[in-house]
Amino acid sequence: MKKKFCHGGSQKVKNIETAEQALQNPEYKKALVELLYQLADDDFFHAYRGAEWLGLAPHIEEDVAFSSINQDTMGHAAMYYGLLEELGEGKADDLAHARKSVDRRNAVLNELVNGSGTYLEEPRYDWAFTVVRHYFYDVYKKLKLESLKLSSYRPLAEAAVKINMEQYYHVMHWKVWFQQLSMSEGEGRNRMLDAIEKVWGEFADVLSYGPLSSEMSRHGLLMDEESFTEKWKVHMKQVFESIDLTFPGGCAMKSGSGRQGIHTDDLEQALDTLGEVYRLDTEAVW
Amino acid sequence: MEGIDVLHQKIMEKLQQVKDPEIDSVSMIELGMLERIELTGNDVRIEVLPTFMGCPALEIIKKNILSAVKEIDEVGFVAVEFSYSVPWTSDRISEAGREKLKEFGIAPPPEYDAEGDGMWKVNCPYCASAYTTMENLFGPTACRSILYCKACKNPFEAMKPISTLM
Repeated sequence: MKKKFCHGGSQKVKNIETAEQALQNPEYKKALVELLYQLADDDFFHAYRGAEWLGLAPHIEEDVAFSSINQDTMGHAAMYYGLLEELGEGKADDLAHARKSVDRRNAVLNELVNGSGTYLEEPRYDWAFTVVRHYFYDVYKKLKLESLKLSSYRPLAEAAVKINMEQYYHVMHWKVWFQQLSMSEGEGRNRMLDAIEKVWGEFADVLSYGPLSSEMSRHGLLMDEESFTEKWKVHMKQVFESIDLTFPGGCAMKSGSGRQGIHTDDLEQALDTLGEVYRLDTEAVW
Repeated sequence: MEGIDVLHQKIMEKLQQVKDPEIDSVSMIELGMLERIELTGNDVRIEVLPTFMGCPALEIIKKNILSAVKEIDEVGFVAVEFSYSVPWTSDRISEAGREKLKEFGIAPPPEYDAEGDGMWKVNCPYCASAYTTMENLFGPTACRSILYCKACKNPFEAMKPISTLM
């Protein structure tokens, strides 16, 4: 005997409803897994680099805000790793902590150090670079989520709806910093311009869907790469105009193609540090 | 059938006792986190909607639900699962929940205005004045912001509005 007590809920028609269903189609699963690794690793390292500002942010209110944002973003990464676990890729904790750099699919931009020094020794971090990296990535992420909300893989579409609501506040936060520092006079604006140049030099990697790009869109996982890039460009033109800059056009991939597993030493350093406690006892329950 | 309705009622009473670990006046039901209770004989499956994804209180709430429901004698197997099939939004907080948040010094989430500029207005939970300012959109936990009441000079917190329209 079975009785259900429902409290509302909507049913959307989707192509693939569950992990079991996805596993029955090896081609679909392959493209899906690749996409999820990109999303998970991107948010994971983005949150990790953000978390390295704890206690170092320009003022205490920012310390509270940035920590909260990083906590959210780490939660987003955990959600994506959870989806990978459901697809038989292994335990979410292992996927986050134990995979080598060559297996990572995050864009290089998200792994780059915040500046010279380390968290424990002489952290001379670059706030301008952080503001631009976080604002540009978060604007991109919000647009990507809009497309993922319509994904053919229902668990991903549901995750995107959830993540998108939190992302709204992240974009709002970085927009304030970005516009105020960029419109400031003297050193402030110059440092922001340098940071924009640096971030722009890596952003093509963020936009790339990687080697399985056409499979991803063919299976309806998200909109095709070309259309997405166009949509993003329209949005970024407004961002540049908001600080009286001409849109620089195409961006580049100077330090490597993270989507292809090509990374910098900065990623090795991050993996080494963030996995230190995990490696002490991989079976520990937190 | 009657037995099952009685059991359902008992579970609801237990869940009403499961509070937010950081706001101990408000239950998980009042916060709108309960999506579904499924009974198969005496086995119970409870579907719960997480509020914010990175919230460290989620696992504690899950554990508290498990131990509360297991206190019912006739209950067999109990499973608590987080679900995303329906997104949690701040309008799921019940009227009673909103009142209890205020008692705790936290302003309930204002309605999200999709037409607005993204900034929202919230009344002071102590004196109800609308003469308040946002100090920090991000507060001590993921779901809260820090505000200041210029009328009664109290700092206070407010729950962020969360909507699928965002």
